[in-house]
Amino acid sequence: MNAPWQPPAGERPAFVSTQPTTGILIDRVRKVYSARKSSAEVVALDDISLTVPKGSILGVIGRSGAGKSTLIRLINGLDKPSSGRVVVNGVEITALSERDLRTARRSIGMVFQHFNLLSSRTAFGNVALPLEIAGTPKAEIEKRVLPLLDMVGLADKRDRYPAELSGGQKQRVGIARALATEPSVLLSDEATSALDPETTDQILELLKQINRDLHLTILFITHEMAVVKALADRVAVIEGGRIVEDGATFDVFATPRHEVTRRFVSSVTGSGAPDWLLEKLQPHQPPGGQAVLRITFKGSDANQPLLSRVSRDLGVNLNILSGQVEMIAGHPFGTLIVSLDAAPEVLRQVIAQLSAGNNLVEQLGYVA
Amino acid sequence: MSPELIRMIASSTLDTLYMVGLAGLFGTLIGLPLGIFLATSQAGELFAAPIANRLIGVVVNATRSTPFIILVVAIVPLTRLIAGTSIGTAAATVPLTIAAIPFIARVIEAAIREVDHGLIEAARAFGASPLQIVRKVLLPEAMPAVTMALTLTIVSLLGYSAMVGAVGGGGLGDLGIRYGYQRFMPEVMLTVVLVLIALVQGVQTLGDTLARKLDKRRIRRH
Ligand SMILES: Nc1ncnc2c1ncn2[C@@H]1O[C@H](COP(=O)(O)OP(=O)(O)OP(=O)(O)O)[C@@H](O)[C@H]1O
Ligand SMILES: [Mg+2]
Repeated sequence: MNAPWQPPAGERPAFVSTQPTTGILIDRVRKVYSARKSSAEVVALDDISLTVPKGSILGVIGRSGAGKSTLIRLINGLDKPSSGRVVVNGVEITALSERDLRTARRSIGMVFQHFNLLSSRTAFGNVALPLEIAGTPKAEIEKRVLPLLDMVGLADKRDRYPAELSGGQKQRVGIARALATEPSVLLSDEATSALDPETTDQILELLKQINRDLHLTILFITHEMAVVKALADRVAVIEGGRIVEDGATFDVFATPRHEVTRRFVSSVTGSGAPDWLLEKLQPHQPPGGQAVLRITFKGSDANQPLLSRVSRDLGVNLNILSGQVEMIAGHPFGTLIVSLDAAPEVLRQVIAQLSAGNNLVEQLGYVA
Repeated sequence: MSPELIRMIASSTLDTLYMVGLAGLFGTLIGLPLGIFLATSQAGELFAAPIANRLIGVVVNATRSTPFIILVVAIVPLTRLIAGTSIGTAAATVPLTIAAIPFIARVIEAAIREVDHGLIEAARAFGASPLQIVRKVLLPEAMPAVTMALTLTIVSLLGYSAMVGAVGGGGLGDLGIRYGYQRFMPEVMLTVVLVLIALVQGVQTLGDTLARKLDKRRIRRH
C-alpha cells in the first residue's frame, strides 16, 4: 500500500511533480460541502494545486473562512476532497482506506491552534499518546519522549498537567507530541494564533530549528503575514477557496500581485507614509524646503551601506523621517522615507544612485 | 431501641447496600457502553449509526419516563425469570438495574459529549482508531464527569431502593414501611431516614472527592 505514488500512464499533467524530493503534493483538489436544509452548498476549496519540496516550509495564508483548515485536514486525510489528489511522501493519501490512513498519519505530525492536549495526561503522557496509539512498547516510549521534551525545553515539566503550563509551554508539548512518531511532514493549523508576540517568536524559532535539524517538511497555515515572514520559504495566498498567489516568500513580499496579498503585506511592512508626514507634504518646493523620497527596498545587497555612500558621494544630508526595514529570507525589505536639501540636478543623481539594485525610489513631494 | 431493632436496621442497611451495589454494578456494565454508543453514533461521529442511535435513544427515553413503581410491576415476569422470585432483596435488584441502565446511559452520554472535540480531532490526526479514541481519550477525559454521574446514579438508586420496599423488596425502605408505618414505630422510621441520609451524604462526599482527584483541569496547589 505504501508504494510511491505514480500518476497513471498517459495522464501526467506537467505540474504534477513525481520527484522523490516532493514532500507534499496537492493536485487539483476541490472540496464541496453539500447543501443542508438551511445552508447552501459551500465550495471550500476550488482547484487547488500546491507542491511542497521535502525539507522546505510552505506558509498558507488567508483570511478567515478562506479554506485554510479545510486544506490542511485533507493532507492527513481527516477529510476527503470531493475531487483531486493529495500525495504525501509518495503515498497517495486520497487513495488509502481508513485503516491504511491511520498508519500513514503516523508520518504526518500535526500542531493545533488550541493545543488539543489531554487534560488528564501530564506533558509526558501527552507526548506518549501517539506512540501508545502506534503500539510502541513502554520502554521504547520512555526513550523517545524524554529527548523530545528536552528538545522543546520542557524536560523539567514532564510530570505537569496542561493546566499547570503556560500557553507557550502547552504548544511546546503539542509540538513534541507531533514529533513523537518521527514524522517526515509537520502540519500546523494556526499554531501561534493563541499566543502573545514574544511566545509566538519562540515557537516559530523552535519550528525553524526542527525544520533544520530534522529536515522536516512543514506546511503551516496562518492569517498573520508576520508568521509567514518569520518562517516560510514559500508562501501561498488563499482566498475564497482558491490560491490567488504563490511563490518564494521574498518575492511575494516584494511584489505582491493580488489585492489580498497586498493587504497582508502592508500589515507587516507599513509601506505607507505616516499621517503626520502626509499632512505636511507639498507638491512644490517651498523656500528652503526639502525633497521627500520613499525608498522601497526589495532585496538589494544589505552589505552595501547605501545611504551613507550616497550622502558621501554627492555631499547631501539625508534625514530619515520614517521607515521600517526588515530582513526577509536574508534580504532587506521595507520602506524608508527620507528628506534632503538638494538642487534639482543633485536630487536626480541621488535618486539614480539610490535606485541601485531592486530598490524603488519615488519622490513624494516636499516639506518646509 | 432494642438490640433486635438495631440488628434489623443493620441487616436492612446491608440489604440496601447490596441492592444498590448490584444494580449500580450491572447498570454500569450495560449503561456505560450504551452511553458511549449514544455519545458517538450520531451522523458523522466515531461510530456513526444514526438509526441505531435513534432506536436506542427511544428505548432509553421510554424506560426513563416510566414511573419506577410501574416499571417494578410491569417487569415482574422478567424479574421472576432472572431472580426466580418477584419478592425479596435479590428480586428487587432486577427492576433497580433496569431503571439504572438508561439513567446511566444518559448521564455517561452527557459526560462524554462534554469532551472537547479538538481532542478527538487530534487523536485521529495521530492515527487513533475509534476504539482507541474511546479508551485513550474520551473515557480518561470524561472520568471526572463520569464519576459525578455515577455518584448521582447511586444516590438516585438509594431513593429507588427505598421505594422497592413498598412492593416487598427488602432493605431500609421495606423496614421503614413495615415497622415504622404499619406497626407505627416512629423511632424506626426516623432511624431509617437518618441512615438513608447518612448513606447519601457518604456516597456524595466520596464521589465528589474522587472526581476532584481525577480532575486535572484545575491547577494543583502545592
Ligand atoms: N463541515 C463543514 N460543513 C460546511 N461548510 C464548512 C465545513 N467546514 C468548513 N466549511 C466552510 O468552508 C469554508 C472554509 O472554512 P475553513 O475552516 O477552511 O476556513 P479557514 O480559512 O480555516 O478560516 P479560519 O481562519 O477562520 O479558521 C467556510 O466558508 C466554512 O464555512
Ligand atoms: Mg481555520
